Amino acid sequence: MAVDEIHHPGAAATPPRRRGQRRIPVFLIVPAGLGLAFLVLPLLALLLRTPWRELPQHLAEPAILEALRLSLLTASVATIFCILLGVPLAWLLARVEFPGRRLARALITVPLVLPPVVGGVALLLLFGRRGLIGSWLDETFGFTLPFTTAGVVVAEAFVAMPFLVIAVEGALRGADTRYEEAAATLGAGRWTTFRRVTLPLVAPGIAAGAVLCWARALGEFGATITFAGNFPGRTQTMPLAVYLALETDLEAAIVLSLILLVVSVTILVSLRDRWISSP
Amino acid sequence: MGSRGIRTALAGLALAAAMAATACGSGQTPAPAAGGGVSGDVTVFAAASLTEAFTKIGKDFEAAHPGTKVTFNFAGSSALATQITQGAPADVFAAASPATMKTVVDAGDATGVPVVFVKNQLVIAVPKGNPKGITTLENLSKPDLKVALCAEQVPCGAAAKKALDSAGVKLTPVTFEQDVKAALSKVKLGEVDAALVYRTDAKAAAADVDGVEFPESAGAINDYPVVALKDAPNKTGAEAFLAYLQSAPAKAVLTAAGFQAP
Repeated sequence: MAVDEIHHPGAAATPPRRRGQRRIPVFLIVPAGLGLAFLVLPLLALLLRTPWRELPQHLAEPAILEALRLSLLTASVATIFCILLGVPLAWLLARVEFPGRRLARALITVPLVLPPVVGGVALLLLFGRRGLIGSWLDETFGFTLPFTTAGVVVAEAFVAMPFLVIAVEGALRGADTRYEEAAATLGAGRWTTFRRVTLPLVAPGIAAGAVLCWARALGEFGATITFAGNFPGRTQTMPLAVYLALETDLEAAIVLSLILLVVSVTILVSLRDRWISSP
Repeated sequence: MGSRGIRTALAGLALAAAMAATACGSGQTPAPAAGGGVSGDVTVFAAASLTEAFTKIGKDFEAAHPGTKVTFNFAGSSALATQITQGAPADVFAAASPATMKTVVDAGDATGVPVVFVKNQLVIAVPKGNPKGITTLENLSKPDLKVALCAEQVPCGAAAKKALDSAGVKLTPVTFEQDVKAALSKVKLGEVDAALVYRTDAKAAAADVDGVEFPESAGAINDYPVVALKDAPNKTGAEAFLAYLQSAPAKAVLTAAGFQAP
């Protein structure tokens, strides 16, 4: 990671800072090290138990590939859905004074607090065959969301959207509003200001929020199995496959988790290299 | 391997401490006989389908053995078996299938031979009043019906597959649920028209669902074995609970819940 510092943008223009010679406070380095160990050690325990020889064999199973494909597809669609609705929502919460803003801000965190299984039941009560909106959808269009791939996307988006909204709202509140004011002074409307000034300004915040949102959607289990059920090829995502594998075969479950882990980390790292460190 | 050794050592330490505490407290050798020498927490890991019956039996057991407290962990049998083989501290394990019990016995975590204490049978759970008029297993294969089954990996799913196969009924469910309670709740919420669940589960939810009996379920009866665990923190408590399960009051509770005698 020392490479990062060498290639740091503008490193050649500014005199090198003598960062290395400053002592790192022990009150920071000890908890930081413990924090890292706390997050990494369970993963290490998983890796130590992995039957590596069985990995390629599991990777070739059509059922696994199907679940993996479904996971990546639904998490990505859910993330796009969350960006389309979540970024405007974050903007509203950060930039517009309206009555009930505090309440709205508290309400969007509800899906974070709610056990995902309860979230799934709540979705059924709204979109289910007997639900508030679902019964109307069923009678008018003969269309029901539960047990469909679209249902998986809805469940994942419900659980993951708060992560995006909170990240983007934080970025908006931290961004310097004087740029927006300058744009307004120069005659730009609110939409133009949002599109040409605000969005580019908070792009890193949106990217970070989208990554959080995607990762949460990819790992979603409780709301998905409750709202969308579990059917191979249609609603059985990787976390559901892992859970059911755990019922009979611990090793297989570990292998499945690892596949999901490797694929998601690979995607996140390659996106990071392309989008975040290129400018 | 190293962590396993440490865990065993810790469990041994806890056991020794518990034994010392019992010895100091009562000053007599613990006897599994009802009423005498049993005290402390008894931790029972039990299949989800036992929830209602065991909760009642646990209260009765506490009343019969003052000073005891029964704590339950209800979940899918297979998940419980994994927890036990990974070292979760439990005294008694009651599973919904012999196959699941076998994984615990094979891992060397049980003491003695598991005893089958009840049997359970599948019924078709339908919304109250049976709006779709389902009377047979064949009815479930109608194309416009939404049916929930348990996943094959859990006992109720294995039993459902056996019953459907032996009846020669082909059906495509909309979902394979992770346990029997999840399948039942899909019926309660009206999301599916029918689900194959245990008779006991249909009975426990009698306010919302009807249970339709079907003859083919006789070919897929689930045995429920129970066993005391080797690393039990409360060995006398485990023995006393097993003994209580064979008593007349406990059997009455199990029968009332819809279980059959073995």
